[in-house]
Amino acid sequence: MSRKVHVQTQINGDSIEFLCEPRQSMLEVLRDDLDLTGAKEGCNNGNCGACTIMVEGRPVNSCCMLGVEAEGSNIETIEGVASPEGLHPLQQKFLEHAALQCGICTPGFIMNAKALLESNPNPTEKEVRFWLAGNLCRCTGYDKIVRAVLDAADNGEDDL
Amino acid sequence: MAIVSIPSLMRDLTNEKSQVEITGTTIRELLDNMESEFPGVKERLCHQDDGIERISPYIGVYIDGVLIERGMRSPIGPNSEVHFLPAMGGGC
Amino acid sequence: MKSGNGYKVIGSRPIRHDGVDKVTGRAKYGADLNFPDMLYGKVLRSPHAHAKIISLDVSQALEYPGVKDIITGSDLPIVEERIAEFGEIPENMRFLSDNVLASEKVFYKGQPIAVVAATDIHTAEEAVDLIEVEYEILASVTTVEEAIAPDAVVLHQSLTTNTLGEKTDIPTNIASHFRHENGDLSLGFSQAETNGVVVERTFTTQTVHQGYIEPHTATAKYNPDGELTIWTSTQGAFAVRDQVAEILRHSASKIKVVPLEIGGGFGGKIRVYVIPLAALLSIRTGLPVKITMSREEVFEGTGPAPATLIRVKIGATKDGRITAAEADLFYEAGAYPGSAVGAGANCMFTAYKIPNLRIDGFDVVVNKPRSSAYRAPGAPNGSFAAECVIDEICQKLEIDPLEFRLFNGAKEGDRRPTGPIHGKIGYIETVSAAQTHEHYQSEIDILKRQGRGIASGYWGNGAGRSSVNLTVNGDGTIMLLEGSTDIGGSRASIAMQAAEVLGIASEDVRPAVVDTNTIGETGVTGGSRTTHATGLVAIRAAEDVIAQMKGQMADHWEVNQVEFADGAFSSSNKSCDFKEAAKICAPVVGSVTESTGGAGGGFGTHIVDVEVDEETGKVEILRYTAVQDVGTAIHPSYVEGQMQGGVVQGIGWALSEEYVFGENGDMKNSSFLDYRMPTCYDTPMIDTVLVEVPNPGHPFGVRGVGEVPLVPPLAAIANAVSRAIGVRMTDLPMNPGVVLKALDKI
Repeated sequence: MSRKVHVQTQINGDSIEFLCEPRQSMLEVLRDDLDLTGAKEGCNNGNCGACTIMVEGRPVNSCCMLGVEAEGSNIETIEGVASPEGLHPLQQKFLEHAALQCGICTPGFIMNAKALLESNPNPTEKEVRFWLAGNLCRCTGYDKIVRAVLDAADNGEDDL
Repeated sequence: MAIVSIPSLMRDLTNEKSQVEITGTTIRELLDNMESEFPGVKERLCHQDDGIERISPYIGVYIDGVLIERGMRSPIGPNSEVHFLPAMGGGC
Repeated sequence: MKSGNGYKVIGSRPIRHDGVDKVTGRAKYGADLNFPDMLYGKVLRSPHAHAKIISLDVSQALEYPGVKDIITGSDLPIVEERIAEFGEIPENMRFLSDNVLASEKVFYKGQPIAVVAATDIHTAEEAVDLIEVEYEILASVTTVEEAIAPDAVVLHQSLTTNTLGEKTDIPTNIASHFRHENGDLSLGFSQAETNGVVVERTFTTQTVHQGYIEPHTATAKYNPDGELTIWTSTQGAFAVRDQVAEILRHSASKIKVVPLEIGGGFGGKIRVYVIPLAALLSIRTGLPVKITMSREEVFEGTGPAPATLIRVKIGATKDGRITAAEADLFYEAGAYPGSAVGAGANCMFTAYKIPNLRIDGFDVVVNKPRSSAYRAPGAPNGSFAAECVIDEICQKLEIDPLEFRLFNGAKEGDRRPTGPIHGKIGYIETVSAAQTHEHYQSEIDILKRQGRGIASGYWGNGAGRSSVNLTVNGDGTIMLLEGSTDIGGSRASIAMQAAEVLGIASEDVRPAVVDTNTIGETGVTGGSRTTHATGLVAIRAAEDVIAQMKGQMADHWEVNQVEFADGAFSSSNKSCDFKEAAKICAPVVGSVTESTGGAGGGFGTHIVDVEVDEETGKVEILRYTAVQDVGTAIHPSYVEGQMQGGVVQGIGWALSEEYVFGENGDMKNSSFLDYRMPTCYDTPMIDTVLVEVPNPGHPFGVRGVGEVPLVPPLAAIANAVSRAIGVRMTDLPMNPGVVLKALDKI
């Protein structure tokens, strides 16, 4: 067991410092050391997307990133998506469209969908499905998730 | 008189009859009467649970199409149909 | 807010009560719990499919810094071979205990052998590697054919065939055998042979996993006074309590199970795996212990759905009438008995009137993980075989597959092929709805190797005991306590049923899923029972509250008689709504526990269009429409969601999912990369048609809906592919290699 490393980073707009072992993934640090349990572990090898966070505006599987790699970065997690004023449109649309059942994949989907809409405000259904293919859901069959993302897109229309 | 469907693998006990008429106002009475007429049925359908003879947990008993809930004391109507089927695993 | 059928709340689509927590990451799932002094557990699992444990040495691991305790099978109390019933399943306690922690033998790769508890997870993992085990490797059986061969290696010397026929004492791998037989089979087939068609095929399916995204997890905390608290993700808190009580010989009244939010179950989170291990370690160390499975452990150490071998033969006369059907079902139970072969037989022909029938079902043990329930367990396999043969008959007789189903389809009062008579059912309605649907009227392009497949399916839904506690607050809102863990929005549908009775808005009911100390006994969230049974009990509790309030309002108004209708209390010249009455009467508590009955079975009929790429063998799902009799849709969005989710699981089962085993029974693809579940890029929108034939056994006509959707897709997709390429597909999954082989390309 090696010495812990001191990491300084930004998480959801707050300046955060933590100590972690070099072998700890960012997912582990978030969940076990920082009590940010919104990112979930589904597979721990980058295949389900339940642990998706944003690093410098890019969606990343936090299980495939080391905690020490957060040094000097801007990190966003699901906990920072809503604002004091209310839910993000994506969150609102997920609720309205019933785009979740058990909800375990939802934080990952919302993070990744947020990244999509920030880079492509008006995606087609195919673009949405391609972008979100790295997020697995076993409950919904994806139909309502895709509808929710399309509805939350810039022009607010269900673009089918 | 209840009309009892005899599971195929038990028809060796009932002279290959697939359906028999048996009296009984509860499952217990029905099985006792069945045993008198067709010895050996209880050994197939029941098991010992703490010294008490009960329906095997691997068997679902249906009276008029409904799974019984009161075990041996489940009531049987005058013209009820009784079926013995493999218990359906509780699924999800 | 819309509502249908004359109801105020039922049929509308309110935001679910737990929704905000789930979209903000606030909702707490099993693994989200942390205690400061917590230990982390890691399981050592058998690398062999079949072996005797000769010796087990944990001494080196115990000395590893940070390790606090290690348990093995000898630390569990000795459990006799007793049968107990948990959540409708009869369970052999010896087998349950051995599956949790092996005693002298291991029967599958992945079976737990020892558990290390340490101060952090990495230390625990390192210590597991220091445990020394000596095995005597035994020959293993990994297929049905191997298991039932006369000279087969027998897994359990104590296992004899459970049958209604004459029993023998011979140890065997055939754990049980049943037979359904009605009518005159040879007469039926000869009618079809002389004036119709007989089709016989053999089908295979592979082991598949429920695929819930959240791995199994448990945190246990033992108090010196004997009170054990368990936080976990489960489909049944009471089933967990009872299993732990049995396995650890710990009084059930001193076990409190707190169900946290659950990340999917589908039947796989009823039997316990790591829960008793965390509990025992906490009892021994006096510290909280958390064990969370890795994804690999979920694949190799839990309960997938059985691989099956099914032979079906059906005869029909030229006019399209089924005259006879027979089937032999072999289901792989895995390491210990108890596959869902009985349910498979019960469901596979249930949509039809069949005068002459024989079904033989065999539950067979093999050296693979012990099978468990997976959404309508047993039925997808049996229906896959039956519905494919029916499709082939339709092709040979040149009859439209939906016409065929209308002609042979079962109605209320018809006798089920396995015996009992159908109550009020909606099968024919689903077929008619499919027939008139625009999807069925649309064209497909045969030149592009497109094909359309039809299939139906049935599942008999459960009922059983539930408990609900309702408290009316002074502001007219309701606290609703219930014990049904919420997998798919049941919290909302139960609250909506109570709201409907009380004449208030769904938002004014606050449902909470609580622990086993706080609510009365409640059955598992499974068997499609929850909206029916827990909803029914919530209705009764609401009615009880109304009765009490009528009495109190009578006193308040000083009248003899008070009525309640349309959300208002009234008496001759006085009236007030529920909220006003609540101000006067609160607090009012209604508490009901009931072992409910009256569940209604459900039917589905699915239409799917596929396109097959002849170069790659890839099957693309172009369009999918699922029609289902849902009784009464309490919250239509979540009913649609159940249908869409089940369909996509079916797409995975049909096209890409399977356990790939090596020669020695070791799973080769235990990750989401290689155990290929559908992504959103693999599927189209899934259209749903909700047919409502109310179930007379429930005040609002509710039918269970969650499981039926997984029953038709396997055959629907196989039929579509078969028609697209002109070759009958009989083996799942139809991955590109299998399709290319069918096309004679490889």
